[in-house]
Amino acid sequence: MPELIPDLSVPAGWLPLAFMIVMGLSILAYVILDGFDLGVGLLLPMASDSEKDLMIASIGPFWDANETWLVMGVGVLLVAFPMAHGTVLTALYLPVSLMLIGLTLRGVAFDFRVKARDEHKERWNRAFFTGSFMAAFAQGFMLGELILGFEISVFATIFSAFIGLCLASGYALLGACWLIAKTSDRLQRKAIVWAKQSVLFTAVGVGAVSLATPLLSERIFDKWFTVQNLIGVWPIPLITVVLFVLLWRALRRLPVRLDQNNEYGIWMPFYSAVGLFMLAFHGLAYSLFPWLVVDELTIWDAAAAPESLMVIFVGAVIVLPMIVAYSIFVYRVFGGKATPLEYY
Amino acid sequence: MLDALILARIQFAANISFHIIFPMISIALTWMLLYFKWQYNRTGEDYWMNIYRLFVKVFALSFALGVVSGITMSFQFGTNWPGFMETVGNIAGPLLAYEVLTAFFLEASFLGIMLFGFNRVSNRIHTLATFLVAVGTTLSAFWILALNSWMHTPAGFEMIDGQAHATDWFAVVFNPSFPYRLVHTLLASGLTAAFLIAGLSAYRWLRGDREKSVIGGIRTGVRLAAVLIPLQILAGDLHGLNTLEHQPAKVAAMEGLWETQEGAPFVVFGIPDEEARTNHFALEIPKLASLILTHELDGEVLGLNEFEGEHPPVGMVFWSFRIMVGVGLLMLVISWAAVWMLRKGREPSPLMSKLLVGMTFSGWVAVLSGWYTTEIGRQPFLVSGVMRTAEAVGPVPPATVLTTLIAWLTLYAVLISAYVAVVFMLARNASAKEKLETGVNAHGPRVAPLIDPTIEPAGAPGNA
Repeated sequence: MPELIPDLSVPAGWLPLAFMIVMGLSILAYVILDGFDLGVGLLLPMASDSEKDLMIASIGPFWDANETWLVMGVGVLLVAFPMAHGTVLTALYLPVSLMLIGLTLRGVAFDFRVKARDEHKERWNRAFFTGSFMAAFAQGFMLGELILGFEISVFATIFSAFIGLCLASGYALLGACWLIAKTSDRLQRKAIVWAKQSVLFTAVGVGAVSLATPLLSERIFDKWFTVQNLIGVWPIPLITVVLFVLLWRALRRLPVRLDQNNEYGIWMPFYSAVGLFMLAFHGLAYSLFPWLVVDELTIWDAAAAPESLMVIFVGAVIVLPMIVAYSIFVYRVFGGKATPLEYY
Repeated sequence: MLDALILARIQFAANISFHIIFPMISIALTWMLLYFKWQYNRTGEDYWMNIYRLFVKVFALSFALGVVSGITMSFQFGTNWPGFMETVGNIAGPLLAYEVLTAFFLEASFLGIMLFGFNRVSNRIHTLATFLVAVGTTLSAFWILALNSWMHTPAGFEMIDGQAHATDWFAVVFNPSFPYRLVHTLLASGLTAAFLIAGLSAYRWLRGDREKSVIGGIRTGVRLAAVLIPLQILAGDLHGLNTLEHQPAKVAAMEGLWETQEGAPFVVFGIPDEEARTNHFALEIPKLASLILTHELDGEVLGLNEFEGEHPPVGMVFWSFRIMVGVGLLMLVISWAAVWMLRKGREPSPLMSKLLVGMTFSGWVAVLSGWYTTEIGRQPFLVSGVMRTAEAVGPVPPATVLTTLIAWLTLYAVLISAYVAVVFMLARNASAKEKLETGVNAHGPRVAPLIDPTIEPAGAPGNA
C-alpha cells in the first residue's frame, strides 16, 4: 500500500489526492441529495393522486441542483482523472446508459406531468417512477461492478443487480425520511411505514456490501482485519449499527408523538439515514483507496497534468464555498413543510 | 453492420443535437423573462406579467430538458470518446470544470427560487434569482463555446508525449474563432427565443385571443428578431471570414468549390459528388464567392482539391450551410414584414399570424444546420490538426452502441413531440386562464398569482 503513494509534498502528489476528496464529496453529496429525491420517485406509486403532487412538490425546487452534483462528480473524474474516465465509463457503458435514460425520463416527467393534458398525467407519473428506479438501480449496479473491479461473469452480474436493488431501497429510505419531515397528516404516516419497510432491506444491503467487499479481495480484507488496522476502523461498523438502532427507534416513536401533535425529532430519521449513507460511503472509500480501477489504476496514474489541475483547484477553492452557501440559502428558502408548487 | 466510429458519431450527434436546442431557447429566454418582469415593475401593466407567466413555464420545461440531456453529454465524452480526454484532457478539463463550477450550480440552484419562490422571498431577491439564472446560462455558453472553439482553432498549448499541455490559458480561452462563435451563438439564441415568443403569441391570436399579452408577445418577438437578424448576418459573415483564415477546407466545402481559383463563383445550387470531385446541376453566380470571402472580385479562394483526404464530407456541409442561410433570410423577411405590418398599433393579418406560427421553431432549424455546418466541417479532425475523430473512439462493441442509440432516438422522438405539443398547449391554457382572471379582477389593477387547478398540482393546505 504505502509504495503506491507518491511524495505528497509536490503538486503532482497532493493535487490528485485533493481532487479525489472533491470527487468523493461530490458523489456523496449527490448520493444523499439526489438519493432522497430519487427515493421520493420510487415511493410515488404507493401514494394517492393528491399525495403524489405534494411529494413531487417537496423536491421540486431542489432536484435540478441535486443532479448537478452528479455532473460535478463525473466532471471531476473527467477533468482530473482523464485516464480513468474513459476506462471506467466504457466498462460501465450499459448501466451508465440505463441511468442516463432513467434520469432523462424522470427529469422531464417532473415538468410534463403538471403541464401535459390531464389524461396523460398518469403516464408521466409512471415515467417518473420508472426513471427513478432505472437511475437508482443502475447506480447500485455500477457500484457492484466497481467493487468487483469490472469483472465480467454471471456472479458479477447477479451481485451487481443485488446491490442495485439495495441502493434503490436505500434511496427509498432517504425519500421516506425526507417526506416524514416535509409533509404532515396522512402522507406523513404513510411515509413512516415506507421508511420502516425500506430500512430492513437497506440493512441487508449494507451488510452484504460490508461482508462481500473484504471477502472478494484479499487486499481489502487486510485493510479491515489486520490487527493494526482493526483499531482504527472499528468505529465505522459500530456507529453504523448504532445509527440503524436510532433510526428504528425514531420510526417507532414518531407516530405516538405525532398523535400528540408533537413534531419533536421529525428530522431524526432523515439525519440518521444520511449518517448511514455517509458511513457506508466512508467505508467503501477506505476499501478502494487509492484505486480508481481496482488493482489497475490509482488516482496518481490517472491524474491530469499538475498545471491543469492547479488551474481548476484555484477555481474550486474559491467557488465551492459559494456553491455550498447558496445551496444552503435555497434549502432555507424552501424550508418547512412542503407546499404546492406554483409558478408566479 | 455500421462500424463503431460511425455509430459513436451518430449517437453523440443525436445527443448533442437534442441537447443544444433547449439551451438555445433558455439562454435568451431567461433574459427575456427578466425583461418582461422589468417591464411589469416599471409600468405596472398586468399583461407583462401574463406574458411572463406563459413563458416562465415554457422556460422551465426547456431548462429541464436541457439539464437532463446535458448530464448525458458529460458522460458521453467518456463513453463515446475516451481518447479525447486522454489526449486533450489538460485543456478541456479546466474549461469544463469552470463551466460546472461557475455556471451549472448557479443556474440550477437559483432556478428553484426563480420558478417557485415568489411567495417566499422579496420581489427584489426574486428578480436577483432570475438575473443569476440568466447569468448562469450565459456563462455556461461562454465556457462550452471556449472549448468548442478551441477544438476548431486550437491555440495556447504544446504537445508533450502525445498530450496537449496548456502554455497560455488566455490564448486557450480566447482562441481565434471563440469571439465570433460566441457572438454568433448568443445571437442565434436570441433569434430562437424571439421567434418562439412571436410564434406562440401568434398562435393565441389565431385562436381569437385578443388579450394585450397576445399582441404584446407578438410585438416583442418580431421586434427583437428584426433587430437581431441583421446583426446575425453580419456576425455570420465575420465568422465565415475567420473560418476561411483558419479552416479553409471547411469554407471550400461550404461553398462547394473543388478547384482553387481566382474569381470563384458562388454555387447557389448543386449536388456535390466526392467521387467525381465536381458538382452536378450546378447553378452558379460568377465571382460572388470571391467577393463575399475576399471582398475582391478576383480574390483567390482555395478549393477542396488542395485538401484531398483531409477535408470534410462535402455534401452535408454544403447543404446544411444553405439551409441555415435560407432560414436566416426567411427570418429577415418575415420579421421586417411583421414589424412593418404592426406599425402604429395595427394588427397582424391571419396570413402573417400563420407565418409566425410556422416560424415558431425556425430557430432550431437554423441552429442545427449551422451547428452541422461547423462541426461536420471540422472533420476528419476532432481537434483541428491535433487529433482525428477516429483516434478518440472507444472500444465499446458496435452492437451495444446501436442498441443504446435506438433507445435514445426513440426517447428523443417522444420527448420532442411531447415538448412541442405541450408548449402549444401552455399557450392555449394561458388564453383560458387570462380570460378567467380578467373577469375575477375587474375591480383591481393588480392580478394576484392564481393557481390554475387544471394545470398546476392541487395540493394539501397550508400554503405559506
